[in-house]
Amino acid sequence: MRKTLLASLIQGPLTEAAPRPDEKALEEVSEGLRRAARRSLGRSLAIREVDTGSCNACELEIHALSNPFYDIERFGLRFVASPRHADVLLVTGPVTSNMREALERTYRATPEPKWVVAVGNCACTGGLFTSSYACVGPVSAVLPVDVTVPGCPPPPIEILRALLALLVGMENDTPQNV
Amino acid sequence: MTALDDLLESCWAAAPCRPWPRLSVTAEQWRTAANELAAGRWTLVSLWAEPQIVHMSILEDSSNRIAILSLQSSHKDFPSIGRSHTPALRLERTIQDLVGLAAQDLPDTRPWLDHGRWKLHHPLATKPSQTHGARPYHFLPVEGPDLHQIPVGPVHAGIIEPGHFRFTASGETVVRLEERLGYVHRGVESLMIGSTIEHAARLAGRASGDSTVAYALAFARAVEAATEIEVPSRVHYVRAIMAEIERIANHVGDIGAICNDAAFALMLAHLGALRERVLRASMNVFGHRLMMDVIVPGGLVRDITSDGIHELLNMLNLIEASFPKLVELYDNTTSLQDRTATAGIVSPELARLFGAGGFVGRASERNFDARKSLGYSPYDMLTFDVPIRKEGDVNARVWIRIREVEQSILLIKLLLDTLPEGPVETVPHRVEAPCEGISIVEGFRGDIFIWLRIDAKGNIDRCHLRDPSWFQWPLLEAAIEGNIVADFPLCNKSFNCSYAGQDL
Ligand code: SF4
Repeated sequence: MRKTLLASLIQGPLTEAAPRPDEKALEEVSEGLRRAARRSLGRSLAIREVDTGSCNACELEIHALSNPFYDIERFGLRFVASPRHADVLLVTGPVTSNMREALERTYRATPEPKWVVAVGNCACTGGLFTSSYACVGPVSAVLPVDVTVPGCPPPPIEILRALLALLVGMENDTPQNV
Repeated sequence: MTALDDLLESCWAAAPCRPWPRLSVTAEQWRTAANELAAGRWTLVSLWAEPQIVHMSILEDSSNRIAILSLQSSHKDFPSIGRSHTPALRLERTIQDLVGLAAQDLPDTRPWLDHGRWKLHHPLATKPSQTHGARPYHFLPVEGPDLHQIPVGPVHAGIIEPGHFRFTASGETVVRLEERLGYVHRGVESLMIGSTIEHAARLAGRASGDSTVAYALAFARAVEAATEIEVPSRVHYVRAIMAEIERIANHVGDIGAICNDAAFALMLAHLGALRERVLRASMNVFGHRLMMDVIVPGGLVRDITSDGIHELLNMLNLIEASFPKLVELYDNTTSLQDRTATAGIVSPELARLFGAGGFVGRASERNFDARKSLGYSPYDMLTFDVPIRKEGDVNARVWIRIREVEQSILLIKLLLDTLPEGPVETVPHRVEAPCEGISIVEGFRGDIFIWLRIDAKGNIDRCHLRDPSWFQWPLLEAAIEGNIVADFPLCNKSFNCSYAGQDL
C-alpha cells in the first residue's frame, strides 16, 4: 500500500490539459443562458446523469470523465446523486416509453435554472431506435434540450468540451439589466 | 443414452440450423425437457417465441451439447417450464408480453418488460393490438412485524442504468429484494425483423454497450454458421484479441468500482486510469474506444497493423507492470476485505440451477466458460485457465475477475505472437433459402446466446439475443438477503448485471 501511494506521489499527474470548448455547442448554449444563472452558480455545475434507454456505452464514457485523465471535477463540474441538487441533466438513450415519466419527473425535480444536455446519437436523434414501438424518440421529444453531443458513444473529451461550453457560455452571457 | 440422445433420434429437425440442431418436439417432449432442467441434467440457455411457436435452447451438462427444442402452439399457450424450473419464469413472462403466448399455470403472470406504455401490445405477435395503458404493478407481498420497504429507482443515485429495486428490510437487514426491470426496453428484436444483416449487426452491437464486441462477435458467428461462411483464421484471431481486450477493460473498471463502493477510492483512481489506457489503445488500433462495429458478419472492417501490434503490446506491458501491485493492495487491505469477504453469497446450488454464466457462476463453483466448454475458434486451439472458486461472495467474484484479467493478457500475447497472415475483409454471404444459425460466445459477463433465421432474400427473419444477465439478476436477489442495505451497492457492482442486455 505504502509503495503504491509513494509511487503515485512521485509519478506526476496523468491529468491532461483542458480541451477547447466545442464551438458548435458554444453557439447552442450562449443563446439560452441567463445572467441569473451565472450569478447563482458561479463557475461550477452540478450534473445529474439520467439514462433513458442507453445501451450503457454512453454511461461508460461519462464515467471515464471522472478518471484521472479527464478529472472533470477540476473544472467545477461534478456529478450529484439527486436531481434536486443538479443544474444540468445529462441524458443518454432514445427515451424509452417506459422511462419517459421518470425523465419528466426528474426534470421537474430539478430546480431552475437548469439545462439539459443530450449525450450520444440516441439522445440527440433517437439513433437506431427511432422507429421502435418502445421508444419515444430523442430527448428533445420530451424536454427542451440545450446542448447536444453526438457520437456513438461520444468520447469523453467531446462530452467534456460540451460541458465546458456550457460553463463558458454562462460566463459570456452579458447582463441585461441590473 | 441421455434424454437428449432420445430426442435427437426421435425428433425431426425443424429447419437447417447450424452448428447445433433445432428440433420439433411434442408437448410431451417439451415436458420431458422441463424435467431434465429441473433435475439439473440440462441447463436452460434461453426461452423465446414466435407467433405460433415457442423455442427453448438447452445445454446438456454432461456432454456440453446444445439443442433448440421448438413446440408448435396452436392455442396461444404452451406448457410452462417456469412452473417446475424457476429460471424460466421471467422469460415466460416476457414471451407473454412480446408475443402474447401464455405459459399454462404460470405461477407469476405479471408482465415483465411491458409496463403498459408501449405504442403496441404484444409487439411481436402476428397482429399486435393497441396498448391498454399502464396498470399498477403488484410487488410480491412481504409480511411480518417491524418490516419496512425502501423503493429505489428507476433513476438511481449513481451513473448507472435504470431499474427499480424494492427492498424490504428489518432494521438494517434486507429480508427481500425484488427487482423490476424493463425500463431500457428498446425493442431490439423487433427492429431486427426484416432488416438487412448489416443493420441487424449494428443493433446487436448495441444490445449492451459494455459487451459490444462480444455481441458483435456472437451475431457474426450466428450469421456465419447459418450461411456456412468460413472466415479466414486471422479473423478469428483478431476477434478474440478484441474480445479479450473488452474483458480486461470491463474487469479492470469493475474491480475499481467495487472497491470504490467499499469506500476505497484509491483503487478506482488507479484502475480507472488503466481502463482508460486500454480504451485509448483500442482507439488507436481499432478506431473506436469500445471497438464498436469493427466485427461484422463475414469478417472485420479493420485489421491490426504492425504498429497496432506494438501499441497493444505496450498497453499489455503497462498493465502487467501495475496490475499486480493493485491486486496486492486489494489483498492486503483489511478494511476492504472486511467488506467483500462473506458479503453477497450465491450458493453453488443456486448458481448451477440458474446456469449462471461468467464470474458470477465461476465464483460459485459452476465450471462453465463458453470459450473452453464449447471451444469455438480460436480458443479451441489455445491453452488457458478458467479460474473457479466456491465461496460465491463479493470477494470471490473479484478474484475470478483478477485471474481472468491475467489469463486474458496471456491470451492476447499468445494470439499476437501467432497471428496468421491473410485477409480480414468481409466474405460475402450468399443466401438462396432460409437458414438458421446459433452461436454462444463468452462475453466478459458470461455466455451470450444468439439464434437467428435468415430469409430467402438474405434479410433477418427473426433474431433472438439472450444476455447472461437473465440468469444473474435473480441471483442478486438471493445474494443480498440477510446482508445490510448499505452493502447492496457493493454486491450489485460485484455482479454488474446488464439492464440494457436483459431489457433489450
Ligand atoms: S448513442 Fe450509441 S453508445 Fe450511446 S446509448 Fe445510443 S447506441 Fe449506445
